[in-house]
Amino acid sequence: MSVLVFVENWDGKFKKATFEMVSYASIVAEMSNSNVVALSIGNVENAELEKLGKFGATKVVSVTNDKLNFLDNQAYTSVIAQVAEKENAEVVILSNNNTGKALAPRLSVRLKAGIGSGVNHLPLSITPFVVQKRAYSGNAFANLLIKTPVKILTLAQNSFEIKENGSSTLIENFNADLGEGVVKTVVKDVQKQTGKILLTDADVVVSGGRGMKSPDNWAPLVEFAELLGAATACSRPVSDEGWRPHEEHTGQTGKIIAPNLYFAIGISGATQHLAGVSSSKYIVAVNTDKDAPIFSAAQYGIVGDASKVLPKLVEAVKEMKAK
Amino acid sequence: MKVLVCISNVPDTTTKVRFIDDNRKLDTTGIQWVINPWDELSLTRALELKDVASNGIEKVTVAHVGSVAAEPVIRKALAIGADDAIRVNAEASDAYFVASQLAEVIKQNPYDIIMCGIESSDHNGSTVGGMLAELLGIPSVSAVSSLSIENGTFVLTREIDGGKENVQVPAPFVAVVQKGIAKEPRIAAMRGIMMARTKPIAVVEPAAIEAYTEVMGYEMPKPRAACKFVDAENAGQLIALLQNEAKVL
Ligand SMILES: Cc1cc2nc3c(=O)[nH]c(=O)nc-3n(C[C@H](O)[C@H](O)[C@H](O)COP(=O)(O)OP(=O)(O)OC[C@H]3O[C@@H](n4cnc5c(N)ncnc54)[C@H](O)[C@@H]3O)c2cc1C
Repeated sequence: MSVLVFVENWDGKFKKATFEMVSYASIVAEMSNSNVVALSIGNVENAELEKLGKFGATKVVSVTNDKLNFLDNQAYTSVIAQVAEKENAEVVILSNNNTGKALAPRLSVRLKAGIGSGVNHLPLSITPFVVQKRAYSGNAFANLLIKTPVKILTLAQNSFEIKENGSSTLIENFNADLGEGVVKTVVKDVQKQTGKILLTDADVVVSGGRGMKSPDNWAPLVEFAELLGAATACSRPVSDEGWRPHEEHTGQTGKIIAPNLYFAIGISGATQHLAGVSSSKYIVAVNTDKDAPIFSAAQYGIVGDASKVLPKLVEAVKEMKAK
Repeated sequence: MKVLVCISNVPDTTTKVRFIDDNRKLDTTGIQWVINPWDELSLTRALELKDVASNGIEKVTVAHVGSVAAEPVIRKALAIGADDAIRVNAEASDAYFVASQLAEVIKQNPYDIIMCGIESSDHNGSTVGGMLAELLGIPSVSAVSSLSIENGTFVLTREIDGGKENVQVPAPFVAVVQKGIAKEPRIAAMRGIMMARTKPIAVVEPAAIEAYTEVMGYEMPKPRAACKFVDAENAGQLIALLQNEAKVL
């Protein structure tokens, strides 16, 4: 028996979210008396693969194959399913990012395994297998019973603490069986966002809404974010107006994020906006309207004009950093 | 060429949800039902593609798995412009059940492009589209923010972590769509509403499928602590609180 965790790499490197997943998997394995096997697809050096051991992977299965240079959902599903069967996996864990969302449902059918998607807690129990997941766009949680022998979970990013509890790990190269014509997705070009902290990875996010008044007013918000090592985000109308890029749109119809700290500057706090940010550990709101709904979701607030408050926050962070 | 748009009916996105029956069921009293936001956008894109004659799309069908209570939402999709609809007459017990019912429908009557939303705003599963593709053994592209047909080739943009990729796949395929697939949802015009009344909704009885999962109960998020206010004149104090009290900086 094993808990299989599918780890993606970015140009041969893992991210914090990867280690979160392995840490999570190792506790699930402890709860179910089994071991963590990590599956890596693509070219990752052994030194990087070995890092997974620190977080509890007792074995890393590494699959390299030129057919897998780009994500093809059918081919990847086939590889993960082969390894899941070979390792006798009871639980398969993927990230709840775009790759995980693309693969988990296919894998579910392939392995006849029910899915708990976007989980952000350890299973409530192993027998029966019950997990808690987001429902009604963050307005509730559902306790989901997975009835199949094999279970698939997609783990929400930033929802589990990294824990170093393992040591060395065994690395095994696996030759996945990929017949001719399996890969059907042809990738024509790739546009990568470089040099910026990804919104979904960030611990701190600074987000602006219509209360910022104009795209020309973003400089202090961006400066504040840079000083904090934070990612920038925005509300939907802001991206709809083209004030900020679409990648920054958070909320029900945009990105769903769970940073430790979320600054909502000039954002009213509509249900659809909160749907994307309500799992943040702390929400800080800056708004001229003391009755804005965002203050009901926030733990810290400033009733004031963003254009006056932001420069003060920038100053304070500079002072903090100077100490 | 035929396009199938899978639609889910969900509570209006501003609904304050409540539960009954020991927190096992949604209290539907007073709820306004709408087409799931992403499904509305995918229907819009399907109709935009059909509007261009050279794309060669004869028909856009919507499919829904659910009880007769969903018919107003299906009619709305027809009013927006879908040509016809299929409803599988069953309570949608879980994503696998829904995907399996849709797969049965499609096996009877194949489609070239099948569109699903990236998630439904009620169950937030992000699962039906991918399951459907696997059940049919056809390609799927997920997190699709644009879909076009160029000289008979299907060109899609998908979002990856930290970027975008332009990809091509052969039909039939499932596109799991997200933000960007269409700008604004198309709105039903008076003429569309009149025409929708006579458009066919085929009702299909469900296949015997066993769900993989079951919701045991719902919980409400824990109420957050009351907001602590910092005076705007001394906004800088906030940083000290975040550092020393909340310990998040
Ligand atoms: C199906 C559907 C899906 C949606 N999905 C999303 C989504 O994913 N994400 C999203 O964000 N929205 C979404 N929306 C839109 C949502 O309902 C709100 O309209 C939107 O979030 C409001 O954005 P906002 O807070 O920036 O603007 P507003 O609601 O206009 O709020 C601006 C706020 O700024 C404050 N303000 C004004 N001036 C200042 C100043 N000088 N300094 C400080 N504060 C100031 C105001 O008091 C106000 O609270 C969706 C809507 C629907 C119907």
